Amino acid sequence: MTEPAVDTSPKTWDEIKTTTCYMCACRCGIKVYLKNGTVKYIDGNPNHPVNKGIICGKGAAGIKQHYSPARLSKPLVRVGERGSGEFREIEWEEALRTATMWLSEVRNTDPKKLAFFTGRDQSQGLTGWWAAQFGTPNYAAHGGFCSVNMAAAGLYTFGGSFWEFGEPDWKHTKYFMLFGVAEDHASNPIKKALGKLKAKGAKIISINPIRTGYSAIADEWIGIRPGTDGLFVGALIHELISAQKIDGEYLLRYTNSPWLIVENPGGADDGLFARNAQGSALIWDGHSGTPMPALSPDAEPKLMGRYKLPDGRRVVTSFQLIAERFLTPEWAPEAVSERCGVPVETIKRIAAELARTAFEEQIELDVPWTDHLGRYHEKMLGRPVSMHAMRGISAHANGFQTCRTIHMLQILLGTIDVPGGFRYKPPFPKPPPPGVKPAGKPGQVKPNTPLPGPPLGFVTSPEDLLVDAEGTPQRIDKAYSWDAPLAAHGMMHMVITNAAKKDPYSIEVLFMYMANMSWNSAMNVPDTIKYLTQKEPDGSYTIPKIIYSDAYSSEMVHYADLILPDTTYLERWDCISMLDRPISEADGPADSIRQPVVEPDRDVRPFQTMLLDLGNRLGLPGMTRTDGSPRYPGGYADYIVNHERAPGIGPLAGFRGPNGKAQGRGAPNPEQLQHYIDNGCHWYYELPDHMKYYRHVNWAYLDWATFFGFMGKPEPVIHQLYCEPLQKFRLAAQGHGKIIPPTEHRKRIQDHFDPIPFWYPPFEGEMVSGEEFPMHAVTQRPMAMYHSWGSQNSWLRQILGRNWLYMAREMAAKLRIADGDWVTVTSHHGQIKGQAKLMDGVNPETVWTWNAIGKRSGTWGLQAGADEAKKGFLLNHLISELLPEREGGYRYSNSDPVTGQAAWYDLRVRVEKAADQSAVSEPQFATLKKLRRAK
Amino acid sequence: MTSLPPPSAKKLGLVIDLDTCVGCQACVTSCKEWNTQGYSEPLTDTTPYGADASGVWLNRVHGYEVKEQGQDQSRIVHFPRSCLHCETPACVTVCPTGASYKRAEDGIVLVNPETCIGCKLCSWACPYGAREYDVSHGVMKKCTLCVDRIYNENLEVEDRQPACVKACPTGARHFGDLGDADSKVSQLVAERGGYDLLPEMGYKPVNKYLPPRARRDATNQKAEALPKPDGSAFDRLFVWADKLLSGKQATVRASDLDHSSKLEG
Repeated sequence: MTEPAVDTSPKTWDEIKTTTCYMCACRCGIKVYLKNGTVKYIDGNPNHPVNKGIICGKGAAGIKQHYSPARLSKPLVRVGERGSGEFREIEWEEALRTATMWLSEVRNTDPKKLAFFTGRDQSQGLTGWWAAQFGTPNYAAHGGFCSVNMAAAGLYTFGGSFWEFGEPDWKHTKYFMLFGVAEDHASNPIKKALGKLKAKGAKIISINPIRTGYSAIADEWIGIRPGTDGLFVGALIHELISAQKIDGEYLLRYTNSPWLIVENPGGADDGLFARNAQGSALIWDGHSGTPMPALSPDAEPKLMGRYKLPDGRRVVTSFQLIAERFLTPEWAPEAVSERCGVPVETIKRIAAELARTAFEEQIELDVPWTDHLGRYHEKMLGRPVSMHAMRGISAHANGFQTCRTIHMLQILLGTIDVPGGFRYKPPFPKPPPPGVKPAGKPGQVKPNTPLPGPPLGFVTSPEDLLVDAEGTPQRIDKAYSWDAPLAAHGMMHMVITNAAKKDPYSIEVLFMYMANMSWNSAMNVPDTIKYLTQKEPDGSYTIPKIIYSDAYSSEMVHYADLILPDTTYLERWDCISMLDRPISEADGPADSIRQPVVEPDRDVRPFQTMLLDLGNRLGLPGMTRTDGSPRYPGGYADYIVNHERAPGIGPLAGFRGPNGKAQGRGAPNPEQLQHYIDNGCHWYYELPDHMKYYRHVNWAYLDWATFFGFMGKPEPVIHQLYCEPLQKFRLAAQGHGKIIPPTEHRKRIQDHFDPIPFWYPPFEGEMVSGEEFPMHAVTQRPMAMYHSWGSQNSWLRQILGRNWLYMAREMAAKLRIADGDWVTVTSHHGQIKGQAKLMDGVNPETVWTWNAIGKRSGTWGLQAGADEAKKGFLLNHLISELLPEREGGYRYSNSDPVTGQAAWYDLRVRVEKAADQSAVSEPQFATLKKLRRAK
Repeated sequence: MTSLPPPSAKKLGLVIDLDTCVGCQACVTSCKEWNTQGYSEPLTDTTPYGADASGVWLNRVHGYEVKEQGQDQSRIVHFPRSCLHCETPACVTVCPTGASYKRAEDGIVLVNPETCIGCKLCSWACPYGAREYDVSHGVMKKCTLCVDRIYNENLEVEDRQPACVKACPTGARHFGDLGDADSKVSQLVAERGGYDLLPEMGYKPVNKYLPPRARRDATNQKAEALPKPDGSAFDRLFVWADKLLSGKQATVRASDLDHSSKLEG
């Protein structure tokens, strides 16, 4: 029988264009295959530094995101009540005129009455600048409910962090610890690296209450109790310090371990670094027996001890205080084991394995380098222990201090930016913390005036807070107030609640971009919907005007008054900028662009181009020439090329200057975008070998980074194990200084602003009855979904179209719950119903489900009866955005008290078999009507 | 009944590493997007935005939790499933029209959509559940090993591999000639103990699976412990700290001075 002829070389495309994926936050390079202007196929770009040709389950389903029936198609203005779905289609000119009218009224009177929050925005370099130009301090993206406590913990400790800020040295590491759910950031690089680690025999430990995702292939799974990671890591520190298995040389040279701290209980300088007249912190020189500046090349600093300064002050080294804390029996494995749910022997064994790997399997690279004090090193020494952490740490109210504890473990082992350890990605390291301060103090917000600085930054003392003389918050989300002093990414999860309660004040316009704040991005969904539709006695809405921009018909669209439809990611220009969260590799800086690979077939505009247009219509100085004409008439692409943040420094670092030969710093180059396109839509500069490690103290690197604009000056980034800014807040709580907290805030500041990492129980568990709510409830991130975006995707929803409540087999037996039973989950705040699935790989006192699968009926282009709405559910309904009342009646937000990070995973629940076994999840919200688009 | 060609020297197939598959579904959607516009076009989805959405997929990944004897912890195994391109495939021999066939050249098992009558005998015969019926076309569809990619002269050389293999982020999927004992995939199978699915059925699958490696956890690894001498840990720490050199000379470092013995001293 002859075989049929098969065409083995079909050409199903007529063109291939490169661009950058937006199916999650990973930002891989992709190749888009097009036929007659239609997207046929998307795969990974082999030359791209992030993914090197691979693509993930989401990225390869991008076609279905691009052609989703949930896409918005024309600007809309609301004509019915909020939530009714009744809109009128309008032309862009009318939409922009309306927005300009609403916004200019605010800007002419009180710019802070605009709250501008931008969700999972990848253009924060632009949006933050726009907010500052407008003059409102009320700006942030989603970082406040994502991971700001971890970002802050890292930036205040060693000038870097996880994710976009750094990564393990995948090539050399031999022992990798993965904390918490990590599937949604740097997802392809981590997956690629895990495959390599497995192949070369490195050990992978996963610390996560749930064994799914990457944990599935780990060598060892530590099914820890949620919120207790800090105890576990502290016990490892206890073990390592007890056995002196720490890197003393690293601590002396590159950390503030030997810096001297004033011991003057009750005094205004207690706990601050002893400094000389020039302001330099001091160490105790063992050779001369005198204090010397910390960065003296000739000193022999003492790591431990108490000393008396010539002026009579008593001082102690930072490390002495750290050792005194962690050597106490309360940090012993025996003391923490039960609370963590981790056996004593396991903690001890892991400590021994860490010590063995770090100190007996030391790596030496034959790469000479010179440190910040001019000392020449023949080799780069490395300790092949590395770590990565994400939401399991961040989504708890103790996440800032827990993350500091993890960083302390990394630093005690001498593993930051050394071969085999955890590596910075340029532009990091930055000074700990970076020097930029938030603007928006009283007097800085004025009609028709830009803010004197960016709305987000890093406070280092109470003087930097955005509060008035009475201590009242100046921002609508209460970021940078005594509620959350180090809220470096704002607190988007509090905006709607605070605006509805007019606490601290009312707002006039809420302007949001791609943030599903009436559903899966909100805590307490039922009340959030109430706040969005709440009216004043005169019948007007309490939040008078809501402008929303998104590409898709999410749950939020129904609650807005003016809809500005965005393009999909394949229809736009974008830049993944060094001024925002770049795609750099540890080996060198990188940035990238999106180019429009297809033209929109709808009446939509790219959000960033629209925002620049709006800025010009409002007359914002950065977007308007003196004659009133737009500064960037070519829209976002024009801005990307021609905007300069400092002379020669713009959104893209590559192909600058005449001919596109300059890198980092150089005049705007009109051909820059074409250069990027010719290079596969990215730019990457690989650092020379002598600048690839020890960059916090690497003379050559620091010089180079200063030229590139990554640092203000070439100064070393000394790791701050002892975090002095925290102590300044504590002193304020004790009544010292000019800016002191109102009495009711003092205890909270005193308790949580410990300059040495410590652990405290997550708040919710402390405030509700353990008997009534004995279980923890958390979410995990499915690898094939990114937040709510995945459910509109006809391929991805076939893979995961609904969620279950997973629980431990043994616990289910005790509760008489069988696999497949419908169960109620009750918190102090609410109740939901979902279907149970039983498993072994879960901490017995924990239940969990997939994040953001549950949808509201009638949204995202899904038909009535879709499983996502009928059987799917959210834990969000159980989570209050406010903690229970404290004495005096004040309710703090359900957040980390240091940084304002939303504490999603502090949730405590009880689980019972539902009386009603019908196969429908609860609560079921009224079906949102299909958007009615009268002409 | 359809007859098989003489055994081919070249046996193209996949080697799938169950030790590194994290179940991310990259191979699943990459397969779908290529093949819905390639040889098997289209891979139909029914009620894609309604309840019980379903569709034709040539590759699926299933997750199982397994508890093995002697292991403290259960294990989650992600198991990618697609046609194994058997050497003696029953799906071919049962085909009444000759639409199902095994290529003499490279051993790939294909369905000719022109002659397939959609009788489904092949899917009943396949013990691996590797074939899917496309209602809209009334024909059977299955993994083609991306026959329209691996030889495709319009693609870059590096792209001439099955879409699933190119996509796989953890590198768990390998493509090559399992008829050549010296090929990379054959060597991988030899090194890692690659195995056949359901060998007792006698269909001799070409695709192989690599078993999970032994985990270095408490069950499989010798317990280590840090030394715990008597006396005050704090005093010992102080003595240790006192001996530390500040490292004025950068090339000298505690680690160069027999760190381990010193630490315990």
